[in-house]
Amino acid sequence: MTQTANRSGDFPSHIVRKQIASILEKVHDPEIPGVSIVDLGMVLDIRPENSHWHIDLAVTYSGCPAIDVIPILAKAILAQDGFADAVVEMQIAPPWSTEWISERGNDKLLAWGIAPSNKKSAHHDFGIPKQCPQCGSTDTSLISAYGSTPCKAMYRCDVCHETFDYFKCY
Amino acid sequence: MEPSVQYLLHLADCPLILGQRLGEWCGHGPVLEQDIAMTNISLDLIGQARLLYQHIASLLDQNTDEDKLAMLRYEHEYLNFLLVEQPNHNFGHTIVRQFFYDAFNLLQYERLSQHKDETLKSIAVKTLKEIKYHYRYSSEWVIRLGDGTETSHEFVQTAVNDLWKYTGEMFQLATYEKALLSDQSAIDVTTLKPLWDEKISSIFHQAGVNLPGEEVFLFGGKEGRHSEHLGYILTELQYMQRTYPSMKW
Repeated sequence: MTQTANRSGDFPSHIVRKQIASILEKVHDPEIPGVSIVDLGMVLDIRPENSHWHIDLAVTYSGCPAIDVIPILAKAILAQDGFADAVVEMQIAPPWSTEWISERGNDKLLAWGIAPSNKKSAHHDFGIPKQCPQCGSTDTSLISAYGSTPCKAMYRCDVCHETFDYFKCY
Repeated sequence: MEPSVQYLLHLADCPLILGQRLGEWCGHGPVLEQDIAMTNISLDLIGQARLLYQHIASLLDQNTDEDKLAMLRYEHEYLNFLLVEQPNHNFGHTIVRQFFYDAFNLLQYERLSQHKDETLKSIAVKTLKEIKYHYRYSSEWVIRLGDGTETSHEFVQTAVNDLWKYTGEMFQLATYEKALLSDQSAIDVTTLKPLWDEKISSIFHQAGVNLPGEEVFLFGGKEGRHSEHLGYILTELQYMQRTYPSMKW
């Protein structure tokens, strides 16, 4: 196999699409380093277009600073792996949702100390954390609706008394 | 300028200016959590403004972009509400300003999320998710402060009395909105007033805060006639672009 500037010419598109998807596994949100953009459900589409590959990524929060950084990171990593002319575009529609985060992504969030989003209901529009990421207790209280980033809320565990971030339903 | 472009500028300028105002709290919040919350809401608002400016720039298809629209216009070209340019004063005052705006914005974006302009519709569907959280935050704080100590109550009641005169403008149609009503390219904001009244009355009731009875309002922001505050905001907002033209981070 030869590494050319664009490997799409060497393989049928369904194989290249998989290759690109696995390359994108290496792209992480800089503020959530443990979780790839694939696990965050941000990869909307990977398709061949004329002589290059086009990748559509979903915008998470509209003001999230990562929105400017992620396409730059993605392009750099794609270039490293032989897709220098890939085009990465951020899309606001369909609107990204925390429900798109994969199970693996949610597990990684939890391991990283962030409680994944859980149970949206009429009374709890941003849901409530299933458990404290530190001790696993279900006894938690909201401290603040906004945490270290707009997508998170700040919670306190009422058993181990640690504070933790909770990924709000979006 | 086309009424449809003016309308979009109006929609973009409100979150830009309010986002800039909230950003002034960065490092000055009453407690760390609220400092972070206000600046996170500021981020959302500036993000929403960006999406709208990008849309406008694509429609104008001239030598313009989101940065030029946000950073290089003059005071009279901004079409934001007078409400959003009012100073922060204290935390209670900021919360009441935010609450008046969020309650309106929630209703406005529910309507915009059915707009026939597909891009505007997508922006609305997306940002409505954020606006709901803004409203939840500001309404909870109105209740907490209004129903809190004597001092916190006083701050909120004073802010309500002081900011009330700027709320009427949200429900008055600007020239460009009137021009767009016939084919429903703009929302008829006059129809939102009773819904907004209902929303805020219920929160103020829980907060033990009284609504001013008088209906004397100030208008002009949506048509580019601003209070003196906007000039100071723009001086700060535009400083870098004016001093170092075309600079980028």
